[in-house]
Amino acid sequence: MIIRTKNDLEKIREKGLKSLYPGATKISVGMATCGLSTGAGKVYEAIQKEIEKAKVRILLGQTGCIGFCQREPVVDILEPGKPRVFYQGVTSERSGELVQKWLENKVVEDLLFCKMEKEDRVLEGSVKNYSIQRIPAGINGTPHYHQVPFYSKQLKIALRNCGFINPDHIDEYIARGGYFSLYRALFEMKPEEIIGEVKRSGLRGRGGAGFPTGNKWDSCRKAKGDRKFILCNADEGDPGAYMDRSILEGDPHSVIEGMIIGAYAIGAQEGFIYVRDEYPLAIQKLKIAIRQAEEAGLLGENIFGSGFSLKINLFRGGGAFVCGESTALMASIEGKVGEPRAKHIHTTESGLWDKPSNLNNVETWNNIPVIVSRGADWYSKIGTQGSKGTKVFSIVGKVKNTGLIEVPMGATLREIVYDIGGGVPDGKKFKAVQTGGPSGGCIPESLIDMPVDYDQLTQVGSMMGSGGMIVMDESTCMVDIAKYFMNFLKSESCGKCTSCREGTKRMHEILTEITEGRGTTDHIDLLKELGWVTAEASLCQLGATAPNPVLSTLRYFQDEYEEHIINKRCPAKVCRALLRYRILSDVCKRCGKCIKVCPAGAITGKAKTKKESGKPFKIGTEKCTRCGMCFEACKFKAIEVE
Amino acid sequence: MIPFSIDGQAVEGKEGGNVLQVALDAGIDIPHLCFSESVKPYGACRLCLVEVVKGGKSKMTTSCTYPATEGIQVLTQTEKVIRARRMIIELILAMCPGDKLIQDMAKEMGVNGVRFKQDDKDCILCGLCGRVCEEIVGANAIQFAFRGDRREMIPPFQGEALSCIACGACVIVCPVDVIRMKEEKDERTIVRWKRTLKMKQCKVCGNYFAPWFQLEKFKEQAKLSKDFFDVCYTCRT
Repeated sequence: MIIRTKNDLEKIREKGLKSLYPGATKISVGMATCGLSTGAGKVYEAIQKEIEKAKVRILLGQTGCIGFCQREPVVDILEPGKPRVFYQGVTSERSGELVQKWLENKVVEDLLFCKMEKEDRVLEGSVKNYSIQRIPAGINGTPHYHQVPFYSKQLKIALRNCGFINPDHIDEYIARGGYFSLYRALFEMKPEEIIGEVKRSGLRGRGGAGFPTGNKWDSCRKAKGDRKFILCNADEGDPGAYMDRSILEGDPHSVIEGMIIGAYAIGAQEGFIYVRDEYPLAIQKLKIAIRQAEEAGLLGENIFGSGFSLKINLFRGGGAFVCGESTALMASIEGKVGEPRAKHIHTTESGLWDKPSNLNNVETWNNIPVIVSRGADWYSKIGTQGSKGTKVFSIVGKVKNTGLIEVPMGATLREIVYDIGGGVPDGKKFKAVQTGGPSGGCIPESLIDMPVDYDQLTQVGSMMGSGGMIVMDESTCMVDIAKYFMNFLKSESCGKCTSCREGTKRMHEILTEITEGRGTTDHIDLLKELGWVTAEASLCQLGATAPNPVLSTLRYFQDEYEEHIINKRCPAKVCRALLRYRILSDVCKRCGKCIKVCPAGAITGKAKTKKESGKPFKIGTEKCTRCGMCFEACKFKAIEVE
Repeated sequence: MIPFSIDGQAVEGKEGGNVLQVALDAGIDIPHLCFSESVKPYGACRLCLVEVVKGGKSKMTTSCTYPATEGIQVLTQTEKVIRARRMIIELILAMCPGDKLIQDMAKEMGVNGVRFKQDDKDCILCGLCGRVCEEIVGANAIQFAFRGDRREMIPPFQGEALSCIACGACVIVCPVDVIRMKEEKDERTIVRWKRTLKMKQCKVCGNYFAPWFQLEKFKEQAKLSKDFFDVCYTCRT
């Protein structure tokens, strides 16, 4: 049906509520990319078969990612009168058991993750309590969702619907308050009022640079021109970061609603979502969402019957990291090579096809409906002085709990790494957190109590970036990490500016020299000088931030560089060329295992037999390729690495 | 006209003009490689860096891409600018150690050696050839391909430049003179783009003077008469 009035929207909401909370048991499988990659597809099929076999009315659906990607596939069961139960690490083999036990009012205890008795409804500012009458056996020891350490410190605004709605159902999105903000914006607010509200909320761009969103909208609204564009940057390319992907896969309508509100406020008639082609599922969900919104009259001609029209196109990026830069993104949409250009005139005045264009990131757009619904006063109470609201981070690396988290701005790194992330596994020592993607920086342990917001991160030589967070422990070599990121950047620089193309290439070259034992003391100054020029002389932000991995590791870990250069040692034991394998003769049992596995024939000695005591084992440094096979093979820990 | 200053000297720029052009016109030398007044500024070589002071704030930027703006103070010789330019020319020299022009420019800036491994490239990736081919000639025969340190100026798919008319504009515009053209009898070859085309013979002197494709394209673009190029330039004048 075409939605024309608020009453129509309410009707759809009713329908959506029935779909969210049907009068029967409903099983939802988390089927975002993280779920699917761990077998959620098979789990779904197995549950479907089991339901057919059981011949009971159980509804089966899919949902997005609930954040704890490490524990996927996650399955949740919701039955009227019972707490909602979440399972983790479900396999297709054990899927049947979930259904059978549930029908017996029991749970599969070893797969239990948490239970939920109430749900936060951020858009409406309410809490939905489930009426609990019956409690399945075996559930009492399970923590509440809000008590699970991974979730207890989180505040989900951007991820409000991920894992709670079926992204393919516009009804379910509306049932959780969706598109009511759009109605409010179109009929109860003037464009200037919306911009004022966004300004007052303190929202800053979530794509990385942190430019105040309201100001950007304002200058685009004031820019001269009949034709204006609204753009969504979904070209998320930071290694290990997938905040935007998760939002698009789990809650695509939130981005579309934000864009429509933005277009109305700015006066744009056409929009583009630039999404990288490596996100096939996100593209699929967006296509469905755009079609549904158009069919419902919420997108396209005469939205809500208000007279305002907006067309949103999907544009798939071809895989260049630099196309996340605003001018390169626009060039790419225009059909040109995705290369940044000088923007002495802002893109809000002259952007896509030289028309005023407003580009925001997925997470920024997704925050808009909340700001319109809850108001700037509410929103600006969350966060720090200069950074308002929450931020989604993907926390990965050497940390117990990996996944997607959302915390208020100003949460400390300690809270993120230890309370939510669970700290470093295997008893190892925490070393640093890398934030801001490839051109971010490494923050050392001494700064672990710093509150995370835009300004603090910049101050310590890193940046917010899109929200990737890589935790490193003592087994991470900081020179090697800098080299890894520099390799990424030298390949992903567009290559236009000499300073960026040659600067990143030479920094990578020098880092390679250092990690391979050919570093000289001059290299440190040369790296600093190269870093300075790359940042100062390059055209776009990719170049301006490219030296961060080098400069921030030099700032906090220069001693580690010096160990590599002067003493030819890699303290983290990562750089192969600097490792020395040695056999501890007093521990060695002369079993001969190491000789057998050594592919280089570098180990000499004679194995012990019943008759002979053998000859001592030694590793010939010249022949040794430092592959580590002997180290792995030795049962007696007789091989030492230094 | 737009008044501003370069190194304290009062200058005037045209609406839509750029700082580098204004400086060059005023006799102020700013080193540059990827700029030519016949095509749009591009800002790739980064040598023409200057400091621009506007509203009390100073920032380093390329003068070729910076629009002539009223009241700005442009500084071409600050410590910061010289420091950055030196490293940039060193980087270009390390990339193309054999280019005479680069060697000379480096020497002039006081850069006498490179601290990096030397590559053996000849192209400095300024992009002038491609831009002239696109903006002036309209042939679009060559373009930048690949990203980052693999960037190259090449004909499509590294083959023969099939839309090249062998006009030689790229040969002339190349600042480091690495695009070569050779003529043998009735053929002209642009060596770098692997393009060889037959030339037309002058009806008067009998010399082969330009490729057929080039003459046809120019006739079409300039709306010249059919027989305009029957006679070579020398014989016509």
